[in-house]
Amino acid sequence: MKKVSKLVALGLAGCLAASVCAGCGSNNASSGESKKEEAAKGKVYYLNFKPEQDEQWQSLAKAYTEETGVNVQVVTAAEGTYEQTLTSEMDKSDAPTLFQVNGPVGLTNWKDYCYDLKDSDLYKQVTSDDFVLKEGDSVYGVAYVVETYGIIYNKTLLNKYFESDFATVKSADEINSFDKLKTVAEEIQANKDALGVDGAFTSAGMDASSDWRFKTHLANMPIYYEYKDKGISSTDAIEGKYLDNYKQIWDLYINNATCDKTALASKTGTDAETEFKTGKAVFFQNGTWEYDGCKYNEDAKEGLKDEEFGMLPIYIGASGEEKQGLCTGSENYWCVNKNASEDDIKATLDFVNWCVTSDKGTKALADDMGFVIPFKAAKEATNPLVAIANQYVSDGKEPVSWNFSSIPSETWKNGVGTALTQYAAGTGDWNAVVTAFVDGWKTEYAAANK
Amino acid sequence: MIKKNKRYFLIFVLPTLAAFIMAFVWPFFQGIYLSFCKFVTTSNATFVGFDNYIAAFQDESFLSSFWFTVAFVIVSVVFINVFAFIIGYVLTMGIRGSNIFRTTFFMPNLIGGIVLGYIWQLIFNGILLNYGKTIVSDATFGFWGLIILMCWQQVGYMMIIYIAGFQGIPNDLYEAAKIDGASKPQLLRKITIPMMMPSITICTFLTLTNSFKLFDQNLALTNGLPGVVGATGTTVYKTQMLALNIYNTFYQNANTRGVGQAKAVMFFIIVAAIALIQLYCTRKKEVQQ
Repeated sequence: MKKVSKLVALGLAGCLAASVCAGCGSNNASSGESKKEEAAKGKVYYLNFKPEQDEQWQSLAKAYTEETGVNVQVVTAAEGTYEQTLTSEMDKSDAPTLFQVNGPVGLTNWKDYCYDLKDSDLYKQVTSDDFVLKEGDSVYGVAYVVETYGIIYNKTLLNKYFESDFATVKSADEINSFDKLKTVAEEIQANKDALGVDGAFTSAGMDASSDWRFKTHLANMPIYYEYKDKGISSTDAIEGKYLDNYKQIWDLYINNATCDKTALASKTGTDAETEFKTGKAVFFQNGTWEYDGCKYNEDAKEGLKDEEFGMLPIYIGASGEEKQGLCTGSENYWCVNKNASEDDIKATLDFVNWCVTSDKGTKALADDMGFVIPFKAAKEATNPLVAIANQYVSDGKEPVSWNFSSIPSETWKNGVGTALTQYAAGTGDWNAVVTAFVDGWKTEYAAANK
Repeated sequence: MIKKNKRYFLIFVLPTLAAFIMAFVWPFFQGIYLSFCKFVTTSNATFVGFDNYIAAFQDESFLSSFWFTVAFVIVSVVFINVFAFIIGYVLTMGIRGSNIFRTTFFMPNLIGGIVLGYIWQLIFNGILLNYGKTIVSDATFGFWGLIILMCWQQVGYMMIIYIAGFQGIPNDLYEAAKIDGASKPQLLRKITIPMMMPSITICTFLTLTNSFKLFDQNLALTNGLPGVVGATGTTVYKTQMLALNIYNTFYQNANTRGVGQAKAVMFFIIVAAIALIQLYCTRKKEVQQ
């Protein structure tokens, strides 16, 4: 009897111990079968930045595994938490072999982890050095997608406005300056009932799912013009020369929107998207990536048909803006983890190279994800917004570069975003935006570069 | 027999001990070490001495969030315990449907903090939008919003502990006191509260530490907003509690991870000290039956 209970006790203790260990080890256990393959060929673990393309990456990874037998794992960080996810994932023994940084500022955090890509096939495929993060001779990151943003508009609704009696502007070609844009927006807003819309612009929501459109993308405009005047591409202290223009466009957005400006603090990205695709607003500041979210959906019977999409440059009233085009650039750079095993690095380089050269890969990037990729074998994307962006370039308009990648930190963006929100709600004044923009830049730059 | 069992002591303790060391003791000491380091990922740190602590003290947002947290803790501890005590008292008086009420009051506890934060954000905004405001328009809204949210979530849990306490008071004490001519307020003051001290100790301890460490609800409800832009262009967030401040510091840039860690160590010391003082003070008032 005693022996039995001893055995039971031992067994129970063993169970406990086993369950403790199992908790830690379950990650490896599930992929036990593929372990053998990995040992031979290495594996790929991609930490993806873009939630809107998660599904497409998963299926591309699966296709690659079927073709080559190399295990590719794609994990997508939740919107706005990439840095957090990356920080914790990089600490694990199975760290991502392929990850992203958002530009030169993002690179400073992760440079010690980046494999030098200068001899890689991927780098040889890039069409221009404008699309890589280079320091000296070393190539730390390669942009894999070039994107464009501006003010997307609903052609059907805008045409309805052009045909109305109250319209003083008669075609989209005439809108080539801030003043024209303002006239159109204000006339639409004044006659919103006649046009059957709730407002000229979608709600400029300042919820975390939407505020990047203004604290980052719109903030790019005053930064761009200041850099252009000075002929620089980054700075430790911004002057804020074009902040009056920033105010002008922000005022236009918040005063001619689908909702009262005091309500903007709680409006989300989905709110704006829904307003636009259900035809409740004419203008929507966003980019080529938004096509998937707004295109016509058979089941829901809502959204815009391809020919209904139009896009305008973001005019802020700077001189010479008639020649200004859309904002084109990248904040998605691939980096390969240099601390990964040699096999894994090789597998990762093979995978990314396959993505940008093979038929399957380029097709998936162009058609499924709607990306314009800066590689030689790129296929033309079917995304109509991309076609519009190309049209602007061939019309000789000057693309606005993405200078927001030189913004010193996320904290700076949040500070400006908060000030913008409070200005819109009437609880703060514009001076706070200016201070956060100009003085905040200096402080944050110093903090990040000491 | 006891001697024999002692031989198995290690076998039974080991699994739990191992888990405790792996999941608590080791990370704890590593965390203290990291607070003296500059690092991006924790496995790759360089020692920098007290720099992080100096930077933490120079950060005005740390102090501002400390005072906000203190104010929040005081108000929420009082509110939660008073409400929980009253509801617990009422529900042990034997009114009909007590069990249904107990279950209902307890339920908010089963919902996660982030979800609760967003739900209450919708509720508050739904009301405030009628007046052209949102929960982040004013720090006062954020403060009371958090208090309401925390009361709603925690009162039910504390109520269960108080109910257990009420049921543990022997009836003969009340009878004896009544025969001696004690009035109702006297019964409450001289018998109920002294007999309830163990429950009060636990409940204040739980609410105190929970409120101090509050993070999810804070993140989801206001995320620290509104903010005030200081002279250096740095924004100080008005409804940011300590835990959220530490989190935001950690991810500010590659130089601030260690500063966040240093703040976290100080945070631990503050919470531990306050909790121990509270335990000592309330324990002294407990009586033996």
